[in-house]
Amino acid sequence: MSKQIKEPFLHITKRKEMPARRAWAIRISAIVAALIVCAIVTTLTTGLDPIAVYSAMIDGAVGSSRKVLVLFKELAFLLCISLALTPAFKMKFWNLGGEGQVLIGAWATSVVMIYLGGVLPNGLLILVMLIAAIGAGAVWAMIPAFFKAKWGTNETLFTLMMNYVAIQLVAYFIILWENPKGSGHVGIINQSGREGWLPYIGTNSYLFIIIFVAIITIGMHVYLKYSKHGYEISVVGESQRTANYVGIKVDRVIIRTLLLSGAICGFTGWMMVSGTDHTITTSLAGGRGFLGIMVSWLAQFNSIAMVFAALLLVFLEQGAGEISTSCGLNQSFGDILTGIILFFIIGCEFFINYIVHVRKSSGKEEA
Amino acid sequence: MKKAVALVLALMMVFAFTAVFTGCGGSGGDEGESDGALKAGFICLHDENSTYDKNFIDAANAACDELGVEAVIKTNIPEGQECYDTAAELVDAGCGIIFADSFGHEDFMIQAAKDFPDVQFCHSTGTKAHTEGLDNYHNAFASIYEGRYLAGVAAGMKLNEMIESGKITEDQAKIGYVGAFTYAEVISGYTSFFLGARSECPSATMEVTFTGSWYDEAAEKEAANKLISRDCVLISQHADSMGAPTACEEAGVPNVSYNGSTAEACPNTFIVSSRIDWTPYYKDAMQKLMDGEAIDVDYVGTLATGSVQLTEVNEKAAAEGTQAKLDEVKAALENGELHVFDTSTFTVDGKTLDSYKADVDTDDKFTPDTEAIQDGYFNESSPELRSAPYFDIKAIDGIKTLDEKM
Repeated sequence: MSKQIKEPFLHITKRKEMPARRAWAIRISAIVAALIVCAIVTTLTTGLDPIAVYSAMIDGAVGSSRKVLVLFKELAFLLCISLALTPAFKMKFWNLGGEGQVLIGAWATSVVMIYLGGVLPNGLLILVMLIAAIGAGAVWAMIPAFFKAKWGTNETLFTLMMNYVAIQLVAYFIILWENPKGSGHVGIINQSGREGWLPYIGTNSYLFIIIFVAIITIGMHVYLKYSKHGYEISVVGESQRTANYVGIKVDRVIIRTLLLSGAICGFTGWMMVSGTDHTITTSLAGGRGFLGIMVSWLAQFNSIAMVFAALLLVFLEQGAGEISTSCGLNQSFGDILTGIILFFIIGCEFFINYIVHVRKSSGKEEA
Repeated sequence: MKKAVALVLALMMVFAFTAVFTGCGGSGGDEGESDGALKAGFICLHDENSTYDKNFIDAANAACDELGVEAVIKTNIPEGQECYDTAAELVDAGCGIIFADSFGHEDFMIQAAKDFPDVQFCHSTGTKAHTEGLDNYHNAFASIYEGRYLAGVAAGMKLNEMIESGKITEDQAKIGYVGAFTYAEVISGYTSFFLGARSECPSATMEVTFTGSWYDEAAEKEAANKLISRDCVLISQHADSMGAPTACEEAGVPNVSYNGSTAEACPNTFIVSSRIDWTPYYKDAMQKLMDGEAIDVDYVGTLATGSVQLTEVNEKAAAEGTQAKLDEVKAALENGELHVFDTSTFTVDGKTLDSYKADVDTDDKFTPDTEAIQDGYFNESSPELRSAPYFDIKAIDGIKTLDEKM
């Protein structure tokens, strides 16, 4: 009887470009909705005043000038790794190896710091550490890129597995360097003489790190948006065939881009060892190599938008710690709230990119 | 775009404003101290889901309640720069004394102690206070080797019971031990446990395996199962998960536990457990600070201070008369009649130990620097030397280490 094609109850089509103002309105309402859901969850499960929990969270993240500085330092680390991964992603090269590239940079920094500390003058030592870290990170990223460019191997698995190689390598050296023996800890390297430490401003070097990353952010923005390299990256990302056709050497672009990606990751490792932690552990990168992927995607590869995406994640993380201290809630509760907020934010991108059509004539033809 | 950013910023400011006025437990926007009462900060590696940290958190709450001190407890603080940042934040929040619970926190606590000379920093399990020479940095530990020895006595009695009932022969009295790292704290622990067991059951031997982690449930369980398959008839462990105790319960092998009772999960195999109670130390340090006295550079809690504790003996699994025997040995340890590391009770490579230089002052070459044998016994965790254990002879005769993760 009904020969016409049955329309599904829901169907989804891709939107045309949405005006920026509207897109942001959707994003903000998503955050507000997320905060309301979090408030309901908080009240139902813990019986606490959600406003008190939120304010504890805000206090934990920005409650004092020191907390603000720490927040910006954490932001700088996450942002730097996100920026490092971005050119690769833009090229549709799935670099999941940020964690390992950061760690290997940190490792190279530590090697130089331990074996040449006190041998070279401090300025030169820091420079050698920097070169070693950038080199190590670049090599770590270039290996999978080379295999991809030459033999078309799967970079997703390759970069991922390189993380574990880096972790094991670092684990081995920790046992070599551990102090005291048998403890499995390296401890602070060169604590008495501070050889290879970035100079302090006040009681730490966080400000240097924040400045370095601000420079990288602007640099990456210019590189991707206005340079020839940046253009080549987006062409390769859109279509390798087109790139070939217009005479872009795809192999070279892949390897070159991953060298850059790995170098910035290695630089992050250098900042961690020379600038803040002054030690090495297998968990030094702390999952930021993976979190950076989310930041990069959330910001749709826009370097400036990445600042806000990373800020949101770091803000939530720093705030979550305070909840457990002052509200007597477990840290996991902070993670739950973070999860809800991220769910809404990522979910809203779907509605920005797609339209959901609900069948208008529901129940008319077949009851 | 710009408008939107402005809106986000405005929203954040609004929330930040509310933060000043409200907040859980009145912690919102409290910078600096004013009321004069002592505030104590506690930095913990994990949260109360780890038996190790729970032991500290419980002690912190108990000690602060008793002294009327406000406790600010920070959990899940990794052994990195975060430890320093947290310590600094606690100083900002007005804490006059700050405690940290994990070995890897030490260097960052020292760094904070240097930067904030007016605040006291106390680190449990650390090794460097006596060499750093800072007035406001202190280490603490307990003579847990005495607790381990007592737990060993209970294990030895269980072995004797098994021999008497014909379940095993004298030569089969082999103990298995799951250790974390080949670190002095672990070595001292299993050696004292073994000496306790052998004081009751002279034919006892022991095999030790290492997991290379303080908390790895799967690896600890696997290690216990491996030891059981190598014919170990009793298991003990020095690692923080339930891995080894549950493996024992499943295999029906008696277990001597650590950090607290596992009787609930292992009702048929749990014998007894030793643990450190940190409450006496926390009270001692805070009281001294309030009284204007100097806090010990190296505090060693003992059986007498109540720092070294044994849980209740599980009658179902332990040999008969265990509790009475433990009370007797405990009294002998307390009045100094008995020394755990009495050199007449053990040999190394067939020889009695007359002299041993231990690596008490931490340096990167692990130089043995201090004579530790005094009056015929190894003087472990002496308050004059260092609170953290330094007995690091991996295998005295009778102990065999299996897969060493160096």
